[in-house]
Amino acid sequence: MGEGTGMTETFGVDFLVRWLAAVAEAVDREADRLTELDSAIGDADHGANLKRGFAAVTTILAEEPPATPGAVLTAAGRQLISTVGGASGPLYGTLLRRTGKTLGDGDRVTREQLAEALGSGVAAVSQLGGAQVGDKTMLDALVPAVEGLRASFGAARAAAEEGALATVPLRARKGRASYLGERSVGHQDPGATSSALLFAALDDVARTEGAS
Amino acid sequence: MSAGTRVGIVLVSHSAAVAVAVAELARGLAGGGDLAPVLPAGGTPDGGLGTSSELIRSAAEAAERGAGVAILVDLGSAVLTVKALLAEGDELPGNSRLVDAPFVEGAVAALVTASAGGDLDAVAAAASEAYAYRKD
Repeated sequence: MGEGTGMTETFGVDFLVRWLAAVAEAVDREADRLTELDSAIGDADHGANLKRGFAAVTTILAEEPPATPGAVLTAAGRQLISTVGGASGPLYGTLLRRTGKTLGDGDRVTREQLAEALGSGVAAVSQLGGAQVGDKTMLDALVPAVEGLRASFGAARAAAEEGALATVPLRARKGRASYLGERSVGHQDPGATSSALLFAALDDVARTEGAS
Repeated sequence: MSAGTRVGIVLVSHSAAVAVAVAELARGLAGGGDLAPVLPAGGTPDGGLGTSSELIRSAAEAAERGAGVAILVDLGSAVLTVKALLAEGDELPGNSRLVDAPFVEGAVAALVTASAGGDLDAVAAAASEAYAYRKD
């Protein structure tokens, strides 16, 4: 829950748990769309894979509630690596786990700290997959989103959505889509699309707290 | 490395059938005698195509005999899942290594080398060297 009366607002375990629950809802709602995007340039499993992964995250957080915001994200990341079965598992798993580890064991975090930690998570994703911005991957949404988060939750959401849309004219350089070469042009990247869902959910949860 | 312990090999494929068949092929081509352990970790636990950290973990634990585990992978999520599990630190036996090698040729080279008593460095090097054999 956000706490702040003129001071810098901070967020605790509840906030992170509600963020991941909101991601699970969004992924569930958008699963068909993600799979449809993935059927154009991937192997048509992105929606189902993420739906299974984030449902498992919701379960583990309910069964074994972590004590700190960092631990919430670390547990979620491990769960994604264990349950997804496609490349999005280790990629999103690494994003959340590294972010959680960077947050450390403080009870509360600021938006700026979350942005900083997500920055390290995004760097770990880039290292794991060997991808850069412009390769038509989730990084095209994640990198601008983290920059946006330094300003506000709303800016992060807008930047992620813009980044996902900007993948349409790109040619894929990583993953299965890269085998398609020029034929990957004209399709929105499913990973960038699901990454935008993460930041839309974060903004939604922040708004219900009255945070910006 | 204590006498008699050998490097174990884990074969991670998106397909259970591929992982099992490549393990069989490697055993067949490695010749007779007492072979090093080679464990398939293919597909998802429900039999579908994909990568399962659970299957990889149990195969690595079964392959570990005290001399380390060489993990060979096919592509995409198999590569990323093993890398992510290794980065985790405690998910795989301590001396597990992702080996950069062609899946089929690397499996054969790794098993021959491991069965001959080569250490993890030697097994990894033999598997990687399989990239150098050109076919045209």
